[in-house]
Amino acid sequence: MLEIKNLVVSVDGNRILKGVNLTIDRGQIHAIMGPNGSGKSTLASVIMGHPAYEVEDGDIIFEGESVLPLKADERAKKGLFLAFQHPFEIDGVRVSQMLWKAVQERGWKVSPVEFRKILKESYGSLKMEDFIDRYLNVGFSGGEKKRSEVAQLLTLKPKLAILDEIDSGLDIDAVKLVGEELTRAKEKNPNMSLLIITHYQRILNFIRPDFVHVMVDGRIVKSGGFELSLELEEKGYESLLREVEA
Amino acid sequence: MKEYELEFDYSRYAFKDEIEYKYIGKPGLSRELIEEISHIKGEPDWMREIRLKAYEHFIRRPMPNWGPDLSEVEAMLDKIVYYASPTDPQRKARSWDEVPEAIKRTFERLGIPEAERKYLAGVTAQYDSEVVYHKIREDLERKGVIFTDMDTAVREYPDLVREYFGTVVPYSDNKFAALNTAVWSGGSFVYVPKGVEVDIPLQTYFRINLENFGQFERTLIIAEEGSKVHYIEGCTAPIYSTHSLHSAVVEIIAKPGSHVRYTTIQNWARHIYNLVTKRAIAYRDAFVEWVNGELGSKVTMKYPGVILKEPGARTEILTVSYAGKGQIQDSGAKAIHLAPYTTSTITSKSVSKDGGRTSYRGILKVVKGAKGVKSSVRCDALLLDPISRSDTYPYIEIEESDVHIGHEATVGRIGDDQIFYLMSRGLTEAEAYSLIVLGFIEPFTKTLPMEYAVELNRLIELEMEGSVG
Repeated sequence: MLEIKNLVVSVDGNRILKGVNLTIDRGQIHAIMGPNGSGKSTLASVIMGHPAYEVEDGDIIFEGESVLPLKADERAKKGLFLAFQHPFEIDGVRVSQMLWKAVQERGWKVSPVEFRKILKESYGSLKMEDFIDRYLNVGFSGGEKKRSEVAQLLTLKPKLAILDEIDSGLDIDAVKLVGEELTRAKEKNPNMSLLIITHYQRILNFIRPDFVHVMVDGRIVKSGGFELSLELEEKGYESLLREVEA
Repeated sequence: MKEYELEFDYSRYAFKDEIEYKYIGKPGLSRELIEEISHIKGEPDWMREIRLKAYEHFIRRPMPNWGPDLSEVEAMLDKIVYYASPTDPQRKARSWDEVPEAIKRTFERLGIPEAERKYLAGVTAQYDSEVVYHKIREDLERKGVIFTDMDTAVREYPDLVREYFGTVVPYSDNKFAALNTAVWSGGSFVYVPKGVEVDIPLQTYFRINLENFGQFERTLIIAEEGSKVHYIEGCTAPIYSTHSLHSAVVEIIAKPGSHVRYTTIQNWARHIYNLVTKRAIAYRDAFVEWVNGELGSKVTMKYPGVILKEPGARTEILTVSYAGKGQIQDSGAKAIHLAPYTTSTITSKSVSKDGGRTSYRGILKVVKGAKGVKSSVRCDALLLDPISRSDTYPYIEIEESDVHIGHEATVGRIGDDQIFYLMSRGLTEAEAYSLIVLGFIEPFTKTLPMEYAVELNRLIELEMEGSVG
């Protein structure tokens, strides 16, 4: 479904990704772990099509086609979604108003009343029903912003969702809630693929990945199953780095 | 960025009519012309005398030496037509069927009769110099509400007009107030009796059809004690390559405990200089709202003011202005606190694009002894590109120490990251821009009746579509 081939990316002349290879099949859950500054978030932004990043080499293939020529909105319409690490505040624009535009762009045949029901369900499942008519992320706490991102994911039902540090700023109850709701969404829609980018292992206890990759300095240095995340949690990145370098 | 096409955008307002005028004055201004206007209207002597005094003042008064460059206005003063009437000035239609066909079609294209049927309490429609139609809901008329054009008011309610005309904005206020007083024609007269609440809006629509023309309507609103009224004005014109002038005077008298909201949605074609003077007097516990949407014109100079004359009076002045290519929106507010415990809240939101310029120019004055005054001024500017510009000129004169004054100004730009965020949800770049701009001006749109908000949002979306991609 998603194939990243030897991806080399720079921003403002600094090379951040130095040849990333990653394949995600339909319905799989992948996690990328790594220390700060390893390029995890860059990878997320590049897959979604942030214009500030320059792809120097390699390709990103989604459902058999390169998405590199596509703008972010076109990628979104193809079924990609990115839950942001730092969602932006947009004053005066209601959550419901933005998402209504988003589904209209996707050509959904849904009436405003039906759409409201969908929103109530997705935001309700993250205990955020009252936020539907608030301005987008304005006055939301860090955790509320993250939960709202997940609620948008549930609303828009992407084929592949990337979650960038969705667990940062969440307390343990919220991490559990987010993990459980993602698991439930996966159960309802087994074909949805997830790419979870995280610094910490704890969210993976609630949304269990099939594959775990470790990213260091712009490359994936090690891949494995769920147990790799546990190993990392136990030993830390330092020891793994030494192991890889040895 | 693609070059933004003004003509495309304005097309649904830009059509012009070929009609036969009952009267078109010769270009240029003279004492004879003013006497002729007064004669055509069948005015009493006192009004003719006010006009002539104002004319004398206008001639002597120099052009303003501050603000936007008005040399094109100075040059046009001898060239424009000051008075043109499409219909008999002394006979106003009370049904759309009495309006000449071509003019009626114009207002239909602008959606006015439809709006009247659906959600307005009364409508006045002005075409060049004269109001061609006015009507108010019968139940309001029975309650004593008067909503008519200013010319009719001079004939039918001379005592009311004479008592208040020029008391809030005297002709000596500024050069263009003098010009308006000398040659005024049309505009609205609103009188709301004590305790009467007009629950849905009254609207006037101003249309300029002629080229090289000046429109000088005059509006007077009197809200008696405890009354309530919401007045809306809208304006458009066909596009010409030469300049025209729109110079209005609006006076509001808000008696104790009354509530007046005056909303403007100004969308003049971009060859028009829009130089207007709008001011209210608010008595004890009265509440005056000026809500201003300045989208069109070449240059707008407009600083709605409120004189807070008695304790407890308050005002909110909310302005949203948009300046695109070649436009200058010089707008602002004046709050004059003459009494204790008066309140003013001034919010200005401007959007500048393609080299457009917006300015906030405000006066906040608190006289000695006006204790417990509260005032807050907030100016937010949004610049959509590096060549556009926004400036703030707040003049603050406080003679009393027991006051709460706040002033805040911000300048923002739309960041690539915000756009990327919205695009990642599937919105196109143009939609992302327009959503952010609409959000920015939301404090304005939410004060509008729904139909106007929808129309305004559509206009902004069109503006944004023309600029990205």
